[in-house]
Formats: sequence, C-alpha cells, structure tokens
Amino acid sequence: MPQDKTADTDRERFAGVGPVKNLSGFEIKPLYGPEDIKGTEFERDVGLPGQYPYVRGVYSTMYRGRPWTIRQLGSLGPPGEANKRIRQLVDMGATGISICLDMPTIMGRDSDDPLAEGEVGRCGGVAIDTLQDVREVLAGIELDKISINFVSNSQSSVILAMFCALAEERGVPWDVLTGTMQNDVLKEYQAQKSYYFPPRPSMRLILDTLSFCMRSLPRFNPISISGYHLASAGASPLQELAFTLANGFTYVEEGINAGMPVDDFAPRLSFFFKAHNDVFENVAKFRAARRLWARTMKGKFGAKNPSSWRLRVHTQTSGSSLTAQQMENNIIRTTLQAFSAVMAGTQSLHTNAFDEAFSVPTPQSERVALRTQQIILHESGAASTIDPLAGSYYIEALTRQMEEACEKYFQTIADMGGVIAGIEKGYFQREIAESAFRYQQSLEQGERIVVGLNQYTEEEESEIRLRELDSEFERNKVAALKKFKEDRDQDLLRAKGEELREVCKGSDNVMPALISAVKAGMTLGEAIGHMREIFGVYREQAVF
Amino acid sequence: MSIRKSLNPEELVEKLLSGDRRAAARLITLIEDQSVQANGMMKKIFPHTGRSTIIGLTGSGGSGKSTLIDHLIGRFRTMGKKVGVVAVDPSSPFSGGALLGDRIRFQSHATDDGVFIRSMASRGYLGGLARGTTDVVRVMEAMGNDVILIETLGAGQDEIDIIHLAQTCLLILTPGMGDDIQAMKAGIMEIADVIVLNKADLDKANLCQSSLETIIHYGMDKKKGWIPRVVPTIAFASKSTDIRGMEELVQAIMDHQAYLHETRKIDDVRNKRIEQELGLVFKDEVEKVVFAGIKGTGKKREYIESIRAGKTDPYSVVKEVLSTFLRV
Amino acid sequence: MSKEKIKVVISKVGLDGHDRGAKVVASLLREAGMEVVYLGMYQTPESIIKAAIDEDVDVIGVSYLSGEHLVFTPLIVEEMKKKGLDDVLFVAGGSFPPEDIPAMKAMGIDEVFRGGSLTEGFVSYIQKHVGQKGAE
Repeated sequence: MPQDKTADTDRERFAGVGPVKNLSGFEIKPLYGPEDIKGTEFERDVGLPGQYPYVRGVYSTMYRGRPWTIRQLGSLGPPGEANKRIRQLVDMGATGISICLDMPTIMGRDSDDPLAEGEVGRCGGVAIDTLQDVREVLAGIELDKISINFVSNSQSSVILAMFCALAEERGVPWDVLTGTMQNDVLKEYQAQKSYYFPPRPSMRLILDTLSFCMRSLPRFNPISISGYHLASAGASPLQELAFTLANGFTYVEEGINAGMPVDDFAPRLSFFFKAHNDVFENVAKFRAARRLWARTMKGKFGAKNPSSWRLRVHTQTSGSSLTAQQMENNIIRTTLQAFSAVMAGTQSLHTNAFDEAFSVPTPQSERVALRTQQIILHESGAASTIDPLAGSYYIEALTRQMEEACEKYFQTIADMGGVIAGIEKGYFQREIAESAFRYQQSLEQGERIVVGLNQYTEEEESEIRLRELDSEFERNKVAALKKFKEDRDQDLLRAKGEELREVCKGSDNVMPALISAVKAGMTLGEAIGHMREIFGVYREQAVF
Repeated sequence: MSIRKSLNPEELVEKLLSGDRRAAARLITLIEDQSVQANGMMKKIFPHTGRSTIIGLTGSGGSGKSTLIDHLIGRFRTMGKKVGVVAVDPSSPFSGGALLGDRIRFQSHATDDGVFIRSMASRGYLGGLARGTTDVVRVMEAMGNDVILIETLGAGQDEIDIIHLAQTCLLILTPGMGDDIQAMKAGIMEIADVIVLNKADLDKANLCQSSLETIIHYGMDKKKGWIPRVVPTIAFASKSTDIRGMEELVQAIMDHQAYLHETRKIDDVRNKRIEQELGLVFKDEVEKVVFAGIKGTGKKREYIESIRAGKTDPYSVVKEVLSTFLRV
Repeated sequence: MSKEKIKVVISKVGLDGHDRGAKVVASLLREAGMEVVYLGMYQTPESIIKAAIDEDVDVIGVSYLSGEHLVFTPLIVEEMKKKGLDDVLFVAGGSFPPEDIPAMKAMGIDEVFRGGSLTEGFVSYIQKHVGQKGAE
C-alpha cells in the first residue's frame, strides 16, 4: 500500500485522538503497520536467538532450554537472620540469591563507626564487617550449586576477598563459584551516590577485580553494569538504556587500555536493568540493548568471541513504581513488569514484594513475589516460545527507534569527552534530575496516571501487617565487633594494613593483599579506610 | 520562647548585640523583606559596625568560588577569627522562588558556631548581590564577625555591586574557560584586587597566568599603588594534600588589607561603601514617599497612558510628582 | 504572618545517598515560589538545625528513604527544642511503613508525606501552617 494513502487514512481515522507519549518521550502511534518497519532486514537486523546480533535472545534455546534464574533478594540485618531467609528461599525454589548490604557497609563503614549509629542492619541490608559475618550469611549454602549475587559496589573488592577466603576455607575451588557482584561505580557517580574514591582509583579497583576473576573465578560475573539505579533516580527508559550501555563501553575501553584482551574479560560482563510498567517499551529496550551491544563489541572493539557480543541481563521489577497507597495494586504492577522482563528475554529476575516500597518484605509478601515468577513460567505461556513479540510492527519499530535515539546520546557523550568527563561535568546527574522533575510534573498535571496515587485514590489505609525490626541487633553487633577487634593479632593486622597501602600506591592487583588481610581479621571499614588514605575521597558538585 | 512572637525591635537588637544568632537571622529576614521595622533596627546596630574585613568573591558558575570560600573560612577560623558569609543565588523570574545551593559546599563548617552563613535569593535584583546585602553585611559586623565573605551570583558585566561593598575583591577565573578574555573585555580586571586562577592543574594554566600578569602589567595605572596579584590555586581535590595555593591566597588578601590600612586607602574604601549605602537608602526612602502618595490612586496608570498618547513625557511627569510630594 | 517568602531547608540525614526525592521536592517548592536551602546528603541533626537558625527558615524538610526515620526524627526534634525552634515546622517525606507514621508524630514531627505525595499536598500544608506553629 502506498505510503501516502496510509498516512492520509491514518490522519482521518485518528483525527480527534489525543497524543500519547511513553516514558522515553516517544510518541506512540494509535496503529502500527508494515510501513513502520520498512527497511528492516530480518536476517541482518533481527536474526535468530543465540546468534549475532542477538536481538531475539542471547541463547539459542532460551527458556525452552532452561528457564531464567529466579533470583530474589534474601537479606535481613543480622547475618544469622539473612542466612535463615536465604535458606528458606532456596527451599522454595530459588536458584540464585541476592545479598544486599546495610547502609554503613554500603558506605564502607563498620557497625561500630560513629557514622553508622542508628543505621546498622536496617532496610533489608546485611551488616558485613568481617569474614565471620560472611561465614554466617552463607552457612549451609552450597557455594557450588547456588549462584550468589552480591549487591556491592565500592566495597566489592573487599566483599570478593571475603567470599574467596570463605570458599578456600570450605575447600570449594574458586573456579566453580558462580554469581555476580554489582561493582559498577560509574552509576554511583551518576545516580546512587555510594562512591568513596575519585573515578580513576575506583576504576583501578574494578579492573583489578575483573582481571582477578578472569584468571581465578571464570564462572563469576565480576561486574553488573546497572541501569536500574539510574532509572530509580529518574532516568527515562531511553536514558537508562543509553547511559548504561555508555558505561559498559567505558569499562570495555578501560579494560583494553589496561592491557586486557577484550575477549578475555568481555564475556563475563553482565547487566542489570529495570523492568518498568510499559510492557512493550521494556521489551523494545532490552532488544535494542542486545543489538547495540553486539554491534559495538564486534565493530568498534573488535571482539571475536561471540560470548563478548552477548548482553546478559539480570532484571528487577521497578521499586520506584510501587505505591504506598493501596499496596495490593503493587502485585499487579510487579506481575506486568515481570511478564515484560520474561518476554524481553532476561537471564535472571527479581520480583519485588508488594510492600517493598517502604519496608522489608514479610514472608507472606515475599512468597507472592516468588510465586509471580513461577506462575508466569508455568501458566502464562510467556516462556513457551522465544522472543514472542518479534515481528510485531510496534515492537520492531520501537526497538529501532530506541536504538537510533541511543546512538544520538552516544555521540553527545563522546563529544563531551566520554563518560568520566560527563560525570565530572555533571551531565548525567543533570539529565536524570531533569527527567525526575518532568516525571513528577506529569503526575501533578494529570498527564500521567498512577492508579491510587493521582486517580482512583482512597481515604482508608490498607490493613496489611508489616515486619518488625529488631533494634537490639545494632547493640549486639557493635559489642561483638568490638570484642572481635580486640581478639585479633594486632601486629599481623598492622602488617597487612601496610601491605594493602603499598599495593594501593603501586599498580599490582589488590586482590591477593585483600584476601590475606581479611583472613587476618581486617574489617571492611578498616580496609576501605586504608584505601581512602591512598586514593582520596570524592566529593560531588551538587547538580539539579 | 519563640522569637517570632516577640518581634519587639528593641529586644531583637539587644539580643543580636549580645550574640543571639536567631535574633540576627531574624533581622536579616526583615531586611530581605524590606520590612518597615528594619530601618529602625539598622539605626541601632549601625554604631556597632564598620570594623570588619570584607572580602568579595566574583566569578562565573563552575569557577570554584564556593570551594575557595570553604577553604578561606577554614583558614580564618584557624587564625581565631569569626567568619560571616553571604552567598547569593538567583530567584526564578517566573515563580519568584529560589534554590539556594551554596551552603552545601561549606560542609566542613556545618556545626562551627564561629561561622555564620546566610544564603540570599536575588529576588529580581540585578547587580550580582541581593538588594539587602549591604544591610545584611552590617548585621554580620554587628554580630561580631571579624571577616565577612560575600559570594556574588555569578560573573558578568553587571556584577558591579560588589566593588562598592567589599574592601578586597577576588575575581575567580579558570584556565581555558574563556573567562579571561571575557574579563579583559569587560574591564572587570580593574575591579579585582586579587585574581584567583583556580583549577590551576588544568591545561594551559601557566599560559593563562602569564597572559593575565602581562595584561595587568600593561593595563594598570602605575600610580594606583596596588598591583592586582594573580594567585594560582587548586581548591578542589580528592586528597587534602593536593590542595594548592591557599596560603598564598590568604597572604594576598592580608597583603592587600595591609596596603589599604597603611596607605589609609581603607578610608576611601569605607567612604565608597557608605556613599553607596546612602544612595540606596535615599532611593528607597524617596520611592516610598512618592509611591505612598500615588499608590492606589490610579495616577501611575494615568501618567503612563498620557505619555503614550503623546500628551506628556517622563521628565515632566516626574517633575510634577516630585513637586507634589517632595515640594521640590 | 509577616514574612514575604517562605523559606525551607531540605536535607537528607545519615548515610543514605538517595537524593532524587529531595531534589525533586526542592525544585517543586521553588516552582511554588519558596526559597529553598538545599543541604544535600550526610547531614546531622546539628548541622540541619544550625542551617535552619542561620537561614531563619520556616520549615525543615527531611527525606527518609532507608529506614532511618525512627532513629533521626526524635534526634531532630530534640535539637530543635534545645535551640528554641518551636515555631518552625518539621516535615518529612520518603519511604516508610504507614504504621510508623503515628510513632513519628508522637515523637514530635508535624507532618509526614508518603512517597508519591503530590506537590499540592505539601505546598498547601506548608502555606497553611507556616507561622501557625506555637501561636497561641
């Protein structure tokens, strides 16, 4: 059908129909047809799953071969409690576990640090000060069977050191350990703000962990390049896509510059995206991501190993979309988001509990979250075929649109001098803050409806029981830590501290020194403290 | 006892002079709001002012003014001096609101009672400061602050207010931002007593410094006595040991202050400040009198329409108004 | 009430670095014509109250997003009392169990705005209550 005739017919047919924009700012047509995907050559642009450019999925059999990993967060403040929760989840069928850290640990402080007061073990995070804590958290968990995801960033090198020391103790060889560390500092500067050191030393630590894992933990993903936090800070899905990939490419470039052959480390890079409410935009985002990554890795970076071209993703449903009002609505939101992630071909998935917006989930709400994935897997048909939305005019058009818009962002970032230059200029922080503000305005003006929030609101509160937190815990933890510190071999510790500082000053890999230090009882706060002395502290210039 | 309730001017001034911060802060608010009570209170505190060191900092956004102030506060504090800071930010021309984000740069002094920091929104006032800044500085003097640092809005050709108010003026430039050229064009160089070349670790810093010094050498009136000093600094660094130029900067400020006092030029400076304040107060009072007369009568509108219709002109109107209300 | 502009201090307290909400609210309050002193992250009750005094604010607004609300609310209230800020409003926004809200109010906070609250709510609250607190 000739182009003009369709456009005219459309204009007539849809006269009086108001415009709709998705979160990324694209205008969504009332109707998509063949003319919207003109120019797409299916073999070249879309292809087959498990084959370049991987738009349809990174593996050839996808969920028909093996379902995605159901990876739920299993943390609670006291290491003992966390361990209980983890074991429960494994019993219920989780094949992977995510371990979140408490705020002091996230900020590189021990539980007895004055700055940590009042915050130890809160908000669903484990307080990890010492190797003993890691022992407790992972007690009775088979390290060679369960995939462990540490939600750690600036302290990753220390956490990894403790994990390696534990495996050694248990006689589990490092090369069978599977799991991930988030370990993505670029997004910290851009969004989450839990950085310690300036960009250069932070990058050095990441490269050290990368090369260490390359050699010794080949099945462990040492970095999970994250878009989730950018989105939570306000980035639109398009920005999440563009900035995350830009960050990913930066790590690749840095790795290559540090002398690591790209095909040695690229296969172990993984990603962490958010699944937001718009089912279709989300699917398009993932597909565009895979295509962009594959093309750039093969083209610009000259990677030869297909594993380097494959963009593997862990997804979490959107925490920031959950409302405190009419909490049960969140079950539906999470379901749609999880469904979308599955149709988008994620490798692992965490579904939020419906009360996760403002509290640590109860066992009941956590169970619903877990069952959501199981029902999608067994009852919805979403996993029966690979990339079910391929060929849809809408999805293919949107995928292409997102890809093109992304390339524009890449150009802007390149013109600025790259991601780190952009961070120093406050570019990402500004873009994200503006997006956040615009989103809020769209809610205020009623342009965007969130059920229960700005429409269909109710007066009464929902009667849902929430979990109580143990405040005794902090006191006990601090006391235990104090005793632990006293009982150590102080001379050995001092020597390890010296050693660590020397390594930081030089260019050797920090991991061996860290592993040896944590075995000698050095705490996380102490290790970070030594590094701070040598690397300095990063202070950002606040941007709106 | 809530201070808002007891707005007795006498009490407020008394409290302020005895060191009550809240009273001082409250008075500053009255000044910002151009409250009628403010003038009466200013009269009372005036005798207690005029003795502090006043330093102004101007420079475009991103040049590092705030970070420099943060360091300067620290230096003056170690010298045992009490420090007051005024930081000005622009008001939104649309909403009238403002985001005052300068304090965030002064974290190291967040709980030091020897430091008093006040953020001021420009409230539409052009000139780089807020309308009440001159009075606010007087209040800070009366509070007992030995040094007062003023951070202007930004840097542009219209940032001239600061030169009347500050004794020592610092212009903050950074290499390669083109500021140096702009500064030369605008003649802002003549205002600055010290030119701080911040981010001196950047490319072309040395080049920038030499060209600045050359311009000063050739452009300056030799009779002037004080040759503006160029001080390279690195104010922002991840390790405190990498910060540079702070001693030299403080020295430059002290040297300029010494010069002012030794040559008695400080009196000229103080005179200029008073002259400006006098002008502002005159203007305010005259406006008040005149507008008090016309306000609500619709006369202003009438005049404007008249002028538009060609029946009269602004000069005639003003003459008429003044002769009516001021018997001029 | 004799003040021309409503002045608000917006701050995060403790170690939490999630500042999206704080920044968005600061911007929204500016749009509503208020003068907002933004303190940013890692503040303590002492630093917040000191800023509140020196800036002569009408409102102290804190953003809680990581479970620290029951720890810091009483500390902030105590510091306000100590320094005589009984006519300054203390409000908070962010992420906390609805069950904790009565507890926070009992501790002395004036109002709590749960995540997702629209501007209209907190702006009109502030406009209505500024200058009223502590008034006989």
